[in-house]
Amino acid sequence: MSLSQDDVKRIARLARIEIDDAQAQATQGQLNTIFDLIATMQAVNTDNVSPMAHAQEVYQRLRDDVVTETDRHAAFQAVAPAVENGLYLVPKVIE
Amino acid sequence: MKWETVIGLEVHTQLATRSKIFSGSSTAFGAAPNTQASAVDIALPGVLPVLNRGAVEYAIKFGLAIGATLNRVNVFDRKSYFYPDLPKGYQISQLAKPIVEGGALKIQVGETERIIHLTRAHLEEDAGKSLHEDFHGMTGIDLNRAGTPLLEIVSEPEMRSSAEAVAYARALHTLVTWIGICDGNMQEGSFRVDANVSVRPAGQTEFGTRREIKNLNSFRFLQQAIDYEVRWQIETLEDGGRIEQATVLFDPDKVETRMMRSKEEAHDYRYFPDPDLLPIKLDEDWIEAVRATLTELPVAMQARFQSEYGVSAYDAAVLTGSRALADYFETAAKACDQGKLAANWVMGELSAALNKAELDIAQSPVSAAQLGALITRIQDGTLSGKLAKQVFEGLWEGAGEVDAIIEARGLKQMSDSGELEKIIDAVLAANPKSVEEFRSGKDKAFNALVGQVMKASKGRANPAQVNERLKARLHN
Amino acid sequence: MSESSLSALAAQLAAKQISSRELAQHYLDRIAALNPAINAFITVDADRTLAEAAAADALRAAGNAGPLTGVPIAHKDIFCTDGWLTTCGSKMLHNFVAPYDAHVIQRFKAAGMPSLGKTNMDEFAMGSSNETSYFGAVKNPWNTAYVPGGSSGGAAACVAARMAPAATGTDTGGSIRQPAALCGITGLKPTYGLVSRFGMVAFASSLDQAGPMAPSAEDCTLLLNVMTGFDPNDSTSLEREKEDYTRDLEKPLSGLRVGLPREFFAEGLNNEVAAAVEAAVTDLQKLGATTVEISLANSQLAIPVYYVLAPAEASSNLSRFDGVRYGYRAPEYTNLDDMYCKTRAQGFGAEVKRRILIGAYVLSHGYYDAYYLQAQKIRRLIANDFGEAFKTCDVILGPTAPGTAFKLGEKSGDPVEMYLNDLYTIPANLAGLPGMSLPCGFDSKGLPIGLQLVGNYFSEAKMLNVAHQYQRATDWHARAPEGLE
Repeated sequence: MSLSQDDVKRIARLARIEIDDAQAQATQGQLNTIFDLIATMQAVNTDNVSPMAHAQEVYQRLRDDVVTETDRHAAFQAVAPAVENGLYLVPKVIE
Repeated sequence: MKWETVIGLEVHTQLATRSKIFSGSSTAFGAAPNTQASAVDIALPGVLPVLNRGAVEYAIKFGLAIGATLNRVNVFDRKSYFYPDLPKGYQISQLAKPIVEGGALKIQVGETERIIHLTRAHLEEDAGKSLHEDFHGMTGIDLNRAGTPLLEIVSEPEMRSSAEAVAYARALHTLVTWIGICDGNMQEGSFRVDANVSVRPAGQTEFGTRREIKNLNSFRFLQQAIDYEVRWQIETLEDGGRIEQATVLFDPDKVETRMMRSKEEAHDYRYFPDPDLLPIKLDEDWIEAVRATLTELPVAMQARFQSEYGVSAYDAAVLTGSRALADYFETAAKACDQGKLAANWVMGELSAALNKAELDIAQSPVSAAQLGALITRIQDGTLSGKLAKQVFEGLWEGAGEVDAIIEARGLKQMSDSGELEKIIDAVLAANPKSVEEFRSGKDKAFNALVGQVMKASKGRANPAQVNERLKARLHN
Repeated sequence: MSESSLSALAAQLAAKQISSRELAQHYLDRIAALNPAINAFITVDADRTLAEAAAADALRAAGNAGPLTGVPIAHKDIFCTDGWLTTCGSKMLHNFVAPYDAHVIQRFKAAGMPSLGKTNMDEFAMGSSNETSYFGAVKNPWNTAYVPGGSSGGAAACVAARMAPAATGTDTGGSIRQPAALCGITGLKPTYGLVSRFGMVAFASSLDQAGPMAPSAEDCTLLLNVMTGFDPNDSTSLEREKEDYTRDLEKPLSGLRVGLPREFFAEGLNNEVAAAVEAAVTDLQKLGATTVEISLANSQLAIPVYYVLAPAEASSNLSRFDGVRYGYRAPEYTNLDDMYCKTRAQGFGAEVKRRILIGAYVLSHGYYDAYYLQAQKIRRLIANDFGEAFKTCDVILGPTAPGTAFKLGEKSGDPVEMYLNDLYTIPANLAGLPGMSLPCGFDSKGLPIGLQLVGNYFSEAKMLNVAHQYQRATDWHARAPEGLE
């Protein structure tokens, strides 16, 4: 199967990456080469194979419910593009 | 055409942990913006989540309380979407393997009981808040709430009216606060309800297209929003229109729902198991240890109240509206050994007074023991109902204990018949006209005379006794 | 430095023949001289380095020195380093000064090892040639017309050019081993979970693992002793007792069973590389090892599986770069949505965007089962193959990369051609197994050839033993490019 230019635009939209028609076209070609490579795995019969999500078969460790963090917002916001009154500023959000 | 309403609720309950679900930040409400947002909460590059045991334990507790299946191995997934209050660009949630599946909740609508089944309950993290006040035309983002643990509780679409939806939401609210996993504070957003509402012609088996009303933070809004939405959907359909699946917001000022203004894009959340978190294992010892911390649940207590105190199913449901209320009732009922009377007082006089003063049961100036003592004095004939109300007022004002108030205010019901006879003598002597009218057949005059006697006794006379003695005297 | 192995440097420091400050200054001078041609560093901050070195000297003076106290090291710019620019090779983080230290950085600081700076890398560790860095390509010190490999290309190049005695790297699909091979140094990717990922900018969380890069296996052993250890801040960090990886270094190799996967010596392997690797096998046999042919049949699918799983995780991990809380924000936009789209279009380079798109696609509605789930299942099959193989051998040996370094620009136009470079390294990442690369010769152009060892889980000590014994018998690792000055 191959990706259409609309597919490319759709996923670029999902990923919030601006893309124009020329870029979409170029990207479409590259992605299809890559997906041709990926397609080779479709032939493998994986019935009864359990998916492997982690390298180690271990379970989640749990943290005690205690407050360990202190206020570091000044340090964190020193690298922020736009802040005011301790808030991160973004273009107006419309609900 | 006759229509049937179908409602399912998704409730986001903030779990009452001290720290966040994946970081050691405080969850306390009301801090200055971003002062409780750690490196993990603001998603600095490289930081990683570590799961809070407390949040898992609360979810287990909930699952046990509703008789659900606890998935012994459950998994966190990432749900991706871009929004400025979602720092990672994904929310850590549970899709395929939630911690809790199934379970049921009993609800009471009027005298009718119903069982509402739950689909699932899963752990997830809350988002931050967008503050829309004008910052030079921009929005301010506060991430203090980001990472607060939520248990999203999803019901089956089994409710058929706004009243049932509210009853379910209330029962759920009672339960989560009862077992102590949520503070239940709806103003602060600790208990937020999304309602999926659809209508279909009565008798049709398949569901109509639903619309989801987001973020209802009071039971009244829940009722109003559903009522409006149902009317709107029926009108739309009857006018030949179609319902499109949509997310809507409720405007409490206009009492109507409206489509969200943001462009309604087809969501594609690209869920996949979070590689930063491993599967969560619930072992049997842990589950049993949590079970041991569960005290009597509302449903069990309702049944016991009915059998032990003889109260109705409806009353039992009201009295178990909160743990504090139930405890209050039971203490009072035990103190006077009069369950029904105690129920009447708690649900009547006490509730009215608390409502008027905008207090909750925990803040009641009248203790359960005092109310019990008051009811004891009614039962032993010391107080009439009317006098009892005066004593209650005294208790409310903090005028002392029941017997002291009765004594100090002279509110003891008259038990001395000689004293009553003297008052009757005086009343008859002072009201010859009424006596004359009664004897000429005007029954109304009798009531006036009873009133005079009661008034002269300052309410202390036993009304039944007054009736009896006055009749005897007039017929002589 | 006539003798610059870590143990030699440590000995000189311990004997007070040289101070940490002098040592740091020596490397800073070398960086100043060579880096303009190699571009191995993104950030060098001599004042900070010297201050850290002075602190190490003070630690030693106070009698609190550890084995490597005072030995400087260069860190890949993927590790958040408090007060240092941490760019991850991207415009997106070109101005990001990290407000905290990665766990790995904390460990090196605690060991008293001054940082020589932050090394260049492929953007967000996505690349096999170091050409995707926003800060320009790194050049291979053996021939500056060639790539150093990637993504830890700056780390490999700075060690090869002796601008640093050692460096940290990270390896998601070969990013330590492949540049180590192409630059003629030794690099090790530990068992997944041995080194904390906390503070390491995430590429593909279930595959990423940090490890040491240095001239020799012995150097890597000492560094591994510093880097590994349980970290409660990383849920995937393993709670194991701390090991001393030097313990087996001197063991003889008699009886060692070396597995040779037939798939790793098949079509696609450069002849000169094959010959060098086969010569190394002969060397090991002389040291007492026996060989056994094994099969890793499903590893043929490692590249397609990897190019589903790694981009899927990456597309999600890189969602946090949205111009809101740190890093790049597009200067002009019309609204919030436009701010996101422009920030990410301008802040990420072409390869990163390509992988984000692949990832978004394979996770999107209707494609998940066919791509992501299928890839996870084949990942299991690949891991199972290793499990079978380790029943008959102690360590697996093969080439690190199918060829030696290629010319700058030679493959940058063809993503698939570039991806094939990681054919032999990716399987170990998918299985979570330890892998290492060590120098085993040079091709006719004078470019280094790398030999790869893959061990069973937690068999780092064994692998380092094999590598060290090989390096005692050979001198490929001791060779350094000449004429750079």
